[in-house]
Amino acid sequence: MLRSRIIPCLLVHEEGLVKTQQFRDPKYVGDPINAVKIFNEKEVDELIVLDIDASVKGKDPDYKMIENLAAECRMPLCYGGGVKSVEQAMKIVSLGVEKVALSSAFEENPSLAAELAATVGSQSVVAVVDVKKTGLFSKYTIFTLNGKRRSKRDLEEYCQALEEAGVGEIVVNSIDQDGMMSGYDGKLIDIIRDTVSIPMTVMGGAGNLGDIKSLVQKHGVIGAAAGSLFVFKGVYRAVLINYPQPKEKRALLRQVKTS
Amino acid sequence: MIAVIGYGSGNVKAIQNIYKRLNIDCFVAEKPSQLANATHLVLPGVGAFDTTLGLLERSGMREALDHHVKVDRIPILGICVGMQIMANAGEEGEAQGLGWVNGHVRRLKTDGIAHKPYLPHLGWNSIEINQSHALFTGVEPSQGFYFLHSYFFDCAEPEAILATTEYGDRFTVSVQNENVFGVQFHPEKSHHNGIQVFKNFASF
Repeated sequence: MLRSRIIPCLLVHEEGLVKTQQFRDPKYVGDPINAVKIFNEKEVDELIVLDIDASVKGKDPDYKMIENLAAECRMPLCYGGGVKSVEQAMKIVSLGVEKVALSSAFEENPSLAAELAATVGSQSVVAVVDVKKTGLFSKYTIFTLNGKRRSKRDLEEYCQALEEAGVGEIVVNSIDQDGMMSGYDGKLIDIIRDTVSIPMTVMGGAGNLGDIKSLVQKHGVIGAAAGSLFVFKGVYRAVLINYPQPKEKRALLRQVKTS
Repeated sequence: MIAVIGYGSGNVKAIQNIYKRLNIDCFVAEKPSQLANATHLVLPGVGAFDTTLGLLERSGMREALDHHVKVDRIPILGICVGMQIMANAGEEGEAQGLGWVNGHVRRLKTDGIAHKPYLPHLGWNSIEINQSHALFTGVEPSQGFYFLHSYFFDCAEPEAILATTEYGDRFTVSVQNENVFGVQFHPEKSHHNGIQVFKNFASF
């Protein structure tokens, strides 16, 4: 039976791993390669690594780091950060990365997704959509560049455009819930799930395995990503890389039926 | 020496890394002449049936592979679309498959799937072993493998089917015809089970 994917998401900042809260206050949590080694041992379903400096500083992706990560990774790897062109995406795929994630480059030019799908294939093209509630009516608003730039695009229209252009997967990230460990934003997830038919991964807010369990019970097969949950332990947020045991994971996802 | 066919499709690097960790000699072959020393061949592949065959054609490797597989009987393992192009033909495609295992590549049926996304079949799925074969020695079927595809290998010969899975419908995920092996999943991204398949294949 097809299982939902439980996906640790790692943020790279100044060559180290960090975890943010509402996209602020990056706390150092360790070394990227070391974290990948631990996640290998724990047999994680998939891994997302986002370089949160690259686009903001207008830098190229750090290909050496990506190559090292890909060589180490025994599970599918999704890399995001600083990717703006087809050439960059092709280079990253050639280093052994399965999926390339883009955010600000798509927001600036959604048709780039079609060019990418035609060269590296839809299966390798991921759109990260960072969303924050704004204004009096808490309207879901798209942001890019680590929440610094507000987009004028309509959330649903934008996600539809990405799907039509050939994006293979959408990662929806709630800025409000980021690092808060108080649960996913269910309403936001419902909106995106109703809008698109492609695979989606949700991120932002998972505080315990129960959050993942309820997500899966409601939505069936889905990507459940989390940062804090898999790098912190306890109320004092002590750094401890963790992930459910295979048995625990199967029990967590057991109720789901695909057919 | 294991040769991974590098023709611009699939994650060649990940396969090489696994054999490196297993201390099994492995190299990427990009020209027919490089195949001379190969004892085993691995044929990865992602993307559309026709495009993938087109890439193989353009790499100049198609004829050489045919010779190594059909005449020299070198064991070959096709992965994902690398397995699919071993069929006779694709569903919508114009291109003729390699024809090493009898079957057609068809789109997965989605009628029985309750939740979006209906396609692709993406993620970790358990498998059912149809006939015990050394390719799956030491593999834990319930733990399964990582899949990412929308088409499947509709195998015309039941005796060639090694394993199946279920997503909406039950379909073939591994085939074998003499020295030709194919898997629909990605062993290079399937942790212990995947490494075990590569190890088993290298021992043939």
